[in-house]
Amino acid sequence: MTNSELNRFKDKAFQGFGIFCTFIGLIVLAIFLINILIDGLGRIDWEFLNNLPSRRAHRAGIYTAWIGTLWILVLSSVVAFPLGIAAGVYLEEYGKKSRIANFLEVNISNLAGVPSIIYGLLGLEIFGRVFGLGGSLLTGALTLALLMLPIIIVTTREAIKAVPRSIRDASFALGASKWQTIWFQVLPASFGGILTGVILALSRAVGEAAPLIVIGALAYVPFAPTSPLDEFTVLPIQIFNWISRPQAAFATNAAAAIIILLLITFILNGIAVYLRNKWQKKVKW
Amino acid sequence: MSKKPYKLEARNLNAYYGGFHALKDINIAMEEKAVTAFIGPSGCGKSTFLRTLNRMNDYIDGFRVEGDILLDGRDIYNKDIRVDELRKEVGMVFQKPNPFPKTVFENVVYGLKIQGIKDKKVLAEAAESSLRKTALWEEVKDKMDKSALALSGGQQQRLCIARALAISPSVVLMDEPTSALDPISTAKIEELIYELKNDYTIVIVTHNMQQAGRVSDQTAFFYMGELVEYAKTKTMFTSPKHERTQNYITGRFG
Amino acid sequence: MRVQERIIEGLLWLSAVITIFVTVGIIWVLLSESLTFFSEVSVLDFLTDKQWTPLFAEKHFGILPLVAGTLLTTAIAISVALPIGLTIAIYLNTYAPAGFRATIKPMLEILASIPTVVYGFFALTVVTPFLQTFIPNLAGFNSLSAGIVMGIMIIPMISSLSEDAISAVPKSLREGAYGMGATRFQTAFGVLVPAASSGILVSIILAISRAVGETMIVAIAAGQQPRLTANPLVPVETITTYIVQVSLGDVPHGSLEYRTIFAAGITLFIFTFALNNLSFWIRKKYQEKYD
Repeated sequence: MTNSELNRFKDKAFQGFGIFCTFIGLIVLAIFLINILIDGLGRIDWEFLNNLPSRRAHRAGIYTAWIGTLWILVLSSVVAFPLGIAAGVYLEEYGKKSRIANFLEVNISNLAGVPSIIYGLLGLEIFGRVFGLGGSLLTGALTLALLMLPIIIVTTREAIKAVPRSIRDASFALGASKWQTIWFQVLPASFGGILTGVILALSRAVGEAAPLIVIGALAYVPFAPTSPLDEFTVLPIQIFNWISRPQAAFATNAAAAIIILLLITFILNGIAVYLRNKWQKKVKW
Repeated sequence: MSKKPYKLEARNLNAYYGGFHALKDINIAMEEKAVTAFIGPSGCGKSTFLRTLNRMNDYIDGFRVEGDILLDGRDIYNKDIRVDELRKEVGMVFQKPNPFPKTVFENVVYGLKIQGIKDKKVLAEAAESSLRKTALWEEVKDKMDKSALALSGGQQQRLCIARALAISPSVVLMDEPTSALDPISTAKIEELIYELKNDYTIVIVTHNMQQAGRVSDQTAFFYMGELVEYAKTKTMFTSPKHERTQNYITGRFG
Repeated sequence: MRVQERIIEGLLWLSAVITIFVTVGIIWVLLSESLTFFSEVSVLDFLTDKQWTPLFAEKHFGILPLVAGTLLTTAIAISVALPIGLTIAIYLNTYAPAGFRATIKPMLEILASIPTVVYGFFALTVVTPFLQTFIPNLAGFNSLSAGIVMGIMIIPMISSLSEDAISAVPKSLREGAYGMGATRFQTAFGVLVPAASSGILVSIILAISRAVGETMIVAIAAGQQPRLTANPLVPVETITTYIVQVSLGDVPHGSLEYRTIFAAGITLFIFTFALNNLSFWIRKKYQEKYD
C-alpha cells in the first residue's frame, strides 16, 4: 500500500467506526426497549394502573405511584415555573453586566451541576425538618422545584436572547415601558422556547428518584395522596422498590411500570422537540 | 414663505459612548411640519443624533448626553420628562421593518393598548385611520387578523409607520426607512413622507443623497460627530458652503 | 406606573436571588450536619481509615471505600463514553451529511433523557447476565455493568458538547488542512481535535461530574458493599448509593449514623463543585483566547 492509499484506508475505516459508534448507543437502547416490552407489556392492564401496592406481585398496581407522580409534577411546576421564568427574565433583561448578575450566573451554572441527591439532603433538612413538612408531597415538590430551576432559567434566558433588538426598539419607540415591552412583546415572542425548557425540566423531574428517596418518600404507601401534606410515592421509586425484590414476578411489575414511565418521558420530550421545531420554523426575523 | 416656528432644537449637544465622543457640540433647529434630512458617511453620528431626539439611546450602557434638546421649547432630558410620554410625542420608524410577530391589527393598536385603551371601537377606528394615512388600508383591510410577518417588506415598513402614527405623535423620526426596501416600495414611502409633512414634523436619516434631495426641506450634513452644514436642501445641493459637504454630495467619499 | 415597574423589577430580582439562597442552603445544611459529625469522628480517620461500617456494631468511618467505588464506576463510565462520544462528535462534524446530523442529534439526546432508574434495571437484568456468559466470576452486583450503562447514558453529553467545540474551530483552519490534501481523518485528528481540545476537555469534566453524582444506576446495579478495590467484577458501594441506603432504612434523626449521609454528601459536593468550577474556568479561558 502506498502512503496515500493507507491514508484513504484510515479515512474510510474511521468513517465506518463513526457510524458504528453513532448507532451503538441507539442499538443498545433498542435492545433494552424490546426486552422491557416483552417483559412488561403483558402485565399492563386496567387493574395494574388502578391497584394499590401489594406484597403479592400479581395483585400489586401502580395507582398510588402515578397519582403521586402527577401531584409532584403539578406542585413542583407551580413553584418552579414562575420562579424560574422570572429569574431568567431578570438576568437577561435587567441585571445584565452588574456584578451581582455575574455572580448569579456562575451560581446558577454551579447549581445545574449539583447532583440531584444533594438536593435531596437540602430538602430533607430545610423543607422536611426546618419547615416541618416531613416526607410529604410538598417537601418532594419543593425539592424537585429547586432541581428544575437552573434548567428553566437557562432555557428562558436563551429564548429571550433570541428575540431581536428591533422588536424591543419598536416597542420602546411607541412609548412602552420596560415591563410592558417584556410582557407584551418579549415573552410572547419567546414563549415557544420557554415552554420547551419548562417541559424538558418536567421530563427531568418525572424520572427523579434519588432526591425523593432521601427526603423520605416511601416505597410503600397504602393509599393515594389526597392533599399536599400526605405521604407519597412516585413511579421511579415504585420501580426501584420492585427491582430490589428477589422474586421474578416483581421484575415483571418493574418492567411494566418502566413502560409507563418511559411513555410519559417520551411524550414530554416529544412535545418539547415538536414545540422547538415549530417555533423555530414559524418565527423568522 | 413665512417662517415656521421651531419644533425641535438642539443646543450645545454632546454625546458619548463611554469614552467615545460621538456628537460634538451640535446646534440645530428644526422647523415644524417640515422634513429635515440628516446625511453623512457611516459613523458620522447622524443616527446617534436621531436617537437622542426620542431618547432611544437611554438603554445603551455608558451612553450619556450633555447640552439641551428642546421639544416645543421643553428640554426632553429634563428630570420631569417621562420617557414614555416623550415617545408618544416623538414617534420612530427604523431601518429594517420591525413589525411585532403578531397580527396586523395588534401591531397598529399596540401603542394605544399600552396606554390602557381597551375600547374595541376606538381601537378599530384608530387602526383604520392610521392605515389610511399610510395608504395601506386597501391592501390590508382583509388581513387585519393575519400575521404582520406575512406582508411584503414595503408593506411592513408602511405598517410600522402606521403603528407610529396611531399614537398621534407630532414628530416622526425615520432612521434610513427605505434602506432595506426595493425601489418601488421606496418610492411609495417617499411619497408618503411628502404627504405626512402636512401634519407631522419629520426627521429622516438617509444614506441616499437623491432621497434627501427628493423628500426634505432642510438638510444637515454630519461628519465625524460634527454638524458641518445645515441649510435648505436646495441650497445645500446646489451650492454647499463647505468643501467636505461638496465632496460628499458629489460622491467623492462616503 | 413607575412604582408598578419598580415592584415588578423587585419581584424578578427576588426570584433570581433565590438561587443564591439555594446554594447557601445546600452549603449550610451539609456543613452544619457534618461539622457535628466531625466533632465525633476525626477528620483524619474519615480520610484515612480503609473501612466504612457506620451501620455495624464495630463502627469505622473511613470514606475511602465509598470514594473508591465512586471513582471506579466513574472511570468505567468515562472509558465507555469518551471514545464513543468523541468519535460520534468527529464523525457527525466532518463526515456525516447535515441532514443526518440534524436527525441523529436529537435521537442521541434520548439516551440522556431516560430516567436513571430505568438504566439501573437495564444494567441489573440485561447487561450483567449478558456479561456473565463470558465472565463467569462476575458478581450479580458489580461496578462493571453499572459503569458501562452509565457510560451509555452520558454519551450524548460528550458527543454534543464536543461537537459544539469542534464546530467552533475557525473554518480557515479546516480549509487550510483540506487545501493541503489532508484526508478528513487527518484533518480531524491533526487539526480539529487539537484546536477544540479545551472544549472537549470541558465536556469530559462535566461528564465525570455527572457520573460521580449519579445515583440510581449504581444503587441498583453496583451493590451496597463498601470496598476499597479496583476490581470491576465485585460489588462496591458509591457515595450516592450509601446515602440512598441510609435513607431507605430507619436510622433515627440526630444520630451519628444519620449524620454520616451529610459527611458523605459534603464529600460528593466538594468533588462535583471542584469539577464544575474547573470546567467553568477552562471555558472562560478558552473564550478569551478566541475572541
